[in-house]
Amino acid sequence: MNAGRKIKIGFIPLADAASLFVAVDKGFAAAEGLDVELVREVSWSNIRDRLAIGHYDAAHLLAPMAIASTLGLSHVKLPVAGVFNLALNGNAITVSPDLYARLRDVSQGDLADPSVSARALKAVIADRDERNAEPLTFGMTFPFSTHNYQLRYWMAEGGIDPDRDIRLVVLPPSYMVDNLAKGQVDGFCVGAPWNAVAADKGVGVILHPGCAIFNPAPEKTLALRAQFAERDPGLVEALIRACLKAADFVKANENTNEVAALLARPNRVGVEPEALRRTLDGRLGAGVESKDYLLFGDRANGRPDRRQAAWLFAQMLRWGQAKFSPDQLRVVENVFTPMFFDAAAGVALQTDTQPIAAFAGSAFEDIESYLSTFAIGARC
Amino acid sequence: MKIVIVDESPIRAAILEEGLREAGFCDVEHIAETRNLLKRVYAIDPEIILIDLENPSRDELEQMFQVSRAVRRPVAMFVDQSDSASIQASVDAGVSAYIVDGLKKERIKSILDLCVSRFNAFAKLQTELDRAKSDLEERKTIDRAKGILMKAKKLSEDEAYKLMRGVAMRESKKIAEIAQSIITASELLK
Repeated sequence: MNAGRKIKIGFIPLADAASLFVAVDKGFAAAEGLDVELVREVSWSNIRDRLAIGHYDAAHLLAPMAIASTLGLSHVKLPVAGVFNLALNGNAITVSPDLYARLRDVSQGDLADPSVSARALKAVIADRDERNAEPLTFGMTFPFSTHNYQLRYWMAEGGIDPDRDIRLVVLPPSYMVDNLAKGQVDGFCVGAPWNAVAADKGVGVILHPGCAIFNPAPEKTLALRAQFAERDPGLVEALIRACLKAADFVKANENTNEVAALLARPNRVGVEPEALRRTLDGRLGAGVESKDYLLFGDRANGRPDRRQAAWLFAQMLRWGQAKFSPDQLRVVENVFTPMFFDAAAGVALQTDTQPIAAFAGSAFEDIESYLSTFAIGARC
Repeated sequence: MKIVIVDESPIRAAILEEGLREAGFCDVEHIAETRNLLKRVYAIDPEIILIDLENPSRDELEQMFQVSRAVRRPVAMFVDQSDSASIQASVDAGVSAYIVDGLKKERIKSILDLCVSRFNAFAKLQTELDRAKSDLEERKTIDRAKGILMKAKKLSEDEAYKLMRGVAMRESKKIAEIAQSIITASELLK
């Protein structure tokens, strides 16, 4: 047997990289003739830069980052192909027990409803303003991330301007829990398993799973340099096939314990298996449960979708991270090209994937009219 | 020119700082503890920020690119597309630089080159230190095994060493490995 084709993939230790871990550790990648080396990284910026200079052939990447890198919004302009949705959803908004108690005091309705909690947060902020207290601080993982957009969307629906009324800070996912415990942040939006970890340690209360803010949100994409992907479509398709098989394995209930143990290894996510098991089951604890909590990209929802790319672009526009032009929109849509997926899956799916829907606000049709419906935003 | 070094390794930061001072950059500050990183960076208000790539706080610095009311000056990363050799060298060495817009490229290039060579020097030092440590460990192991052989087989020190060396050569292993086996075996037989 020939030695597999060597490829190197960078990842951030998060549960939503499970398909990559399983593809390697359960031999699905090898069966596709791939000899994959997974490299654990400490920052999204490193992953982006190492992908750019060819240290990595592929990466577990924040879906909005694939778009931002392609447009050169973060000072590194790198055309990226997001060839497969590794995961959708999977984040949650968690707040400190103190803030949760305050929200409960002022809330008018069920806090599990994001409209209610956002208005309660607005009331808490107004009260702090009156007392000249420091603004509340929320952590998120990167400026170009669904975490950032989920926090902002949620808050803005309650009448909060996230650029004026609170502080948003970037923190590495693994530092979130510690920062919440030490009072450096009052809440955060982060991926799995860190919300469950915060709840287990009693330092945070999970307020909403990300899918309660918008659903289904493309979370992590399998990203390659666009040029590299175009030159070697066979390799890309083999990688997607390996991930599809891995996703089926991850999702099979009888494998949950094994997958949780595999994720728990120190060279993967490196936390207690119990929090990971609950994550895989969609049980976040404290009654927060959703079958959509963390979706692993499969034949149905792993297909990159141009509309989802446009939707993410709209969030960037809303918060002043990008400028609109029809040309840019075309570039953005092409980042999530379904070409490789369709070839790998062997069928061209006729139906479009489910459109992204938020808990409030207008439906997404045309970008400009969509954006005009929001009162709060920093469009430039 | 004000320069900030964000590095959790105090030794590496000191090596870099020394290099920068020698090159005439005297206004250098080191941030070792990354809590409230952005706040501290804004307070120092540097023209150049150097950060090691093992530092998870690097993503925090990326926030400075964002158009936001909190940010006073836009900061750009030096490693732009036109200079892929520099990007490669700095990422290989494990360092990244962020600079304030408008600084002359030649000046920054010399600083980045200095960073790369100091980071590489530190890595070399680290490797040598690791090797020295493991050499010392090996010598200790061999000495212990020698003692065991001398006692058990009534050998001189020289004879005990030669015996181990002979076995190591025959089995094409390192003397330290043979010595470790002797120690393990003698502990089992205690």
